[in-house]
Amino acid sequence: MSGSRALNELTAHELSDLLARREVSAREILDAVWTRIDQVEGDVNAYLRQTREVAAAQAAEVDERRAAGEKLPPLAGVPLALKDIYCTKDIETTCASRILQGFRPPYDAHVVERCRTNGLVFLGKTNMDEFAMGSSTENSAFGVTHNPWDLDRVPGGSSGGSAASVAGSEAICSMGTDTGGSIRQPASFCGVVGLKPTYGRVSRYGVIAFASSLDQVGPITKDVRDCALMMNVLAGRDRRDSTSIEAPVPDYTEALLPEVKGLRIGLVKEFMEYQGVGVDAEVGDAIRSAAARLQELGAECQEVSLTHLNYSIPVYYIIAPAEASSNLARYDGVQYGYRSADEGQDIIGMYRETRDRGFGAEVKRRIMLGTYALSAGYYDAYYLKASQVRTLIRRDFDRAFEQFDLLIGPVSPSVAFRLGEKTEDPLAMYLSDVCTIPVNLGGLPGMSIPCGFSADGLPIGMHLVGKPLGEETMLRAAYTFEQSTDFHRRRAQPVETRDGRCAVVARG
Amino acid sequence: MRLTPEQVEHVALLARLQLGEEERARFTTQLNSILEHFEQLQQIDTSGVPPMSHAVPMSNVLRDDDPGPSLSPEEALQNAPDKARGCFRVPRVLE
Repeated sequence: MSGSRALNELTAHELSDLLARREVSAREILDAVWTRIDQVEGDVNAYLRQTREVAAAQAAEVDERRAAGEKLPPLAGVPLALKDIYCTKDIETTCASRILQGFRPPYDAHVVERCRTNGLVFLGKTNMDEFAMGSSTENSAFGVTHNPWDLDRVPGGSSGGSAASVAGSEAICSMGTDTGGSIRQPASFCGVVGLKPTYGRVSRYGVIAFASSLDQVGPITKDVRDCALMMNVLAGRDRRDSTSIEAPVPDYTEALLPEVKGLRIGLVKEFMEYQGVGVDAEVGDAIRSAAARLQELGAECQEVSLTHLNYSIPVYYIIAPAEASSNLARYDGVQYGYRSADEGQDIIGMYRETRDRGFGAEVKRRIMLGTYALSAGYYDAYYLKASQVRTLIRRDFDRAFEQFDLLIGPVSPSVAFRLGEKTEDPLAMYLSDVCTIPVNLGGLPGMSIPCGFSADGLPIGMHLVGKPLGEETMLRAAYTFEQSTDFHRRRAQPVETRDGRCAVVARG
Repeated sequence: MRLTPEQVEHVALLARLQLGEEERARFTTQLNSILEHFEQLQQIDTSGVPPMSHAVPMSNVLRDDDPGPSLSPEEALQNAPDKARGCFRVPRVLE
């Protein structure tokens, strides 16, 4: 045991060491996680479903193989939470949508296969915004998730359940997906580490599609080393995803050197203010302090302006809904999921009733937006124009990377907002992704790491953005910063409430 | 106003969505405010700029045509809301 901390509060690499030395078993770790889940899940609601039988069998297998003297991969026996967007063979997968309720995929996503082969233990499927469309997890058809640092606030989204599960020590690590910030923004709001790899670095096979040219798979973890270990599991070419990249996969843990001397870092002006509106003062201060810290550690920090980033929101909210309107055409009540059972309908009526009852408001809004943007007479004005401006955004990044090795800024303009605060105003919700969206448009790797706390004790995340396939530089800078600070060591803790229940709220 | 309630209804039909009266009115307002925000893209000169359709330059990714196992009919049908004789069953399509 490491100090007085319970096993579920340790990082994956700490647990990996204990497991390798046979000081603990996968079963004991799993039991510690279930104990925490039983304590706090009623308040946090990170999971849509737990897979206790699957997990018990996986943990037992790891323990048996280790007892038999087998050398196992580093993360064998580490409990993992999976966003409900990953197809998991014979385990219900809903994407937090009524339209997929009861769907049991006949196959595993590529990354789920990789996690199984590496001996990770599946705790369950986490809550999310329906079809990953949202920034607060409030668009789930099956209830909201609460931020473990303050139960009245959102965990961010769309991978809100995955981030909350790690932040509340209800999982050791988790998997999210990121189309416009859905790993990084919740990681930031929940004070954990989240990494969106370069587009194509990780296979999307078996990941329920939202916007195919933007979607990317990645880990949410307690620290940077865990993130590197997860990337070792996930990255690599998969022939079933024609967009996956052939490039060799490094051992990402070798990038974890406490060394940024001479690293050229650009602080992106447009991350600090979008169209002239600055991020919240506390967030801006934390980022400037983080930049100063990196400078003290030997990096060269300078401000840089990427002017076309000021158009990221309209570009994204044309391209993503356009792609979504096509991807979501498959939910028609024929092959799987919900079907309206009204008698005497013709087939078009059946489709329309099914989709009306099966999809939530935000999903419908985006399907409408995308269908309109692609419809006859409007394609050039919207989709083509947005795709051209996307090129200009990418060129701005390419130019910046001639001068810098890494770009930084805030992950989100604010800390976690209150539940219900933005649900009535879709445009205000869209603007909370203003710093993360450009990175998806450029196909670049991005990361969120804890870099401070607000006066209210809410976590603030620093955004790191690398060149295409620049994950190692990003991880090295993240690791160096993390090792010189202790923001990542603070955890949301359960406390006894007055009515005798347990709630998770931040300590200290 | 760019979108009228009638156009919203037309788009809903194209998208195979059915909107109630209230939902149609709400979407008309919301979609118009979003489209208005998009208008700023028209200020940018994009003449001669190629559209970006992919984050990584890749073209003609081909693989060998080697047959492999695929889902059995039972597996493919296991989630179907309605099926008959090894097929998905749908409401009448032809009159």
